[in-house]
Amino acid sequence: MKSWLMHHLHVMQFTLRRLRTTPVSSLLNVLVIGVALSLPTGGYILLQNLQSLSDKLVGTPQVSVFLNMNISQEEISRFTKQLQQHSGVSRVEFVSREQALQQLQQSTGLADVTGGLAQNPLPHAFIVYPKDKDPVALEALRDELKTWPKFDHVQLDSAWARKLEAMLKFGRLAVLILAVLLSFALVAITFNTIRLQILTQREEIEVSKLIGASNSFIRRPFLYFGLVQGLLGGTTAWLIITVSLSLLNLSLANLTQLYASNFSLQHLSAGDSLTLLLFSAYLGWLGALLSVSQHLWRMESH
Amino acid sequence: MISFKQVSKRYPGGYAALKNISFEVASGEMLFLTGHSGAGKSTLLKLIAAIERPNGGSVLVNGQNIGKIKAGAVPYLRRNLGLVFQDHKLLFDRTLFDNVLLPLQIAGFDHRESAKRVRAALDKVGLLKREKAHPISLSGGEQQRLCIARAIVNRPSILLADEPTGNLDADSANAIMEIFKSFHQVGATLLISTHDESILRQYQGRSLTLKHGELQA
Repeated sequence: MKSWLMHHLHVMQFTLRRLRTTPVSSLLNVLVIGVALSLPTGGYILLQNLQSLSDKLVGTPQVSVFLNMNISQEEISRFTKQLQQHSGVSRVEFVSREQALQQLQQSTGLADVTGGLAQNPLPHAFIVYPKDKDPVALEALRDELKTWPKFDHVQLDSAWARKLEAMLKFGRLAVLILAVLLSFALVAITFNTIRLQILTQREEIEVSKLIGASNSFIRRPFLYFGLVQGLLGGTTAWLIITVSLSLLNLSLANLTQLYASNFSLQHLSAGDSLTLLLFSAYLGWLGALLSVSQHLWRMESH
Repeated sequence: MISFKQVSKRYPGGYAALKNISFEVASGEMLFLTGHSGAGKSTLLKLIAAIERPNGGSVLVNGQNIGKIKAGAVPYLRRNLGLVFQDHKLLFDRTLFDNVLLPLQIAGFDHRESAKRVRAALDKVGLLKREKAHPISLSGGEQQRLCIARAIVNRPSILLADEPTGNLDADSANAIMEIFKSFHQVGATLLISTHDESILRQYQGRSLTLKHGELQA
């Protein structure tokens, strides 16, 4: 057991030494793997952020009802009562045109623009909170309210969120395809690196086999090399993502300040980071395994 | 220890390297294999180390049938053999010490025990003082001795040497034969192929002569 451990330690040292003896090509390989992995990972983290943004913004769905400009006070209170008694409605909020103007001035910093208006262009409005959040029920409610008199414009506020959701779904698929393709590329990179190493160590492999080395003994240093190279590539990808997100957050801070919000991009979670590193190490190992196994197989059938 | 029964070996293309070979080597015996070049000496040794497989007959080494041995078992068979090659097959990117260490690394020996054994083997072939040198700085005879050190370092029961004195002058050849003799004296089984008549005259031992792949009486 102890000599087995010592052997693995020895192979590991040997691997690191081998990485050091070819610093430029090792560095370039690691960089290529890092960049290749950072593309899908970056796409993933951006989608993740968009998702949490849309979750935050959508919250509870609501139907906005903009009323006719010449509606009377009695009609408003009658509609309020009717809406409150409606089976599909949980709560109704009335926003008068004066309130709406005030909110507009406060929330978006458009005071300069609205201040110049001769009269208030905004209508009275209801904000209707439906009981059922199912998209079909929401649309049915919207369509029903549209038929009510003096309800000029009825709008389902979650419609854009559903469009965003569909786009996110599309984006996730695109990122997945990219990840699969680049994984193949990563395996191919390691495969080729190991193939070149095998060519330069052909003699050593042949001699080792002649004096009793098993295939796993011959494979081991190459597998370690692939594993370490993949792991370093994954670490590089992680660094690229982390630094990029930090830079983006810096410039985003300026932007969000203008809109008086404190939105910032989230970094990769600990679990995601670990997955990235394990996955990249695994791909490196796999590329090495395929390469050295193919070579050994050719040697034996030769 | 080693037994050949009606063994034949054809290479792809139809060339028959060995035809109907039968003989036995007892444990602790030193046997010479002679014949012209191309007579099949190397092929015979390769069959014993499972580098080649026989086409007919059976080759038994330490009770294992080479014709039927599984690929996964070959490494373990070879760890009980010491192989000395005519072209040495040394690794020129590492020191003498590391060259001799390789079989012990493969067999999974512990580090301290390995170092002891490597130095003992290097001492035996008279190269201990140069353990940190690289094989490129050695003469032909010294390279052959290094190859022997690597072959004996894990104390195999059988030593196979293919033309160990092939390209050497008489002094170097004698030095190498002395090493083999001392190895024989401690009970190892040796099978040495050579076309050097003077060696046969000098060291009495049984010898087999091959001619065009057939054993001469």
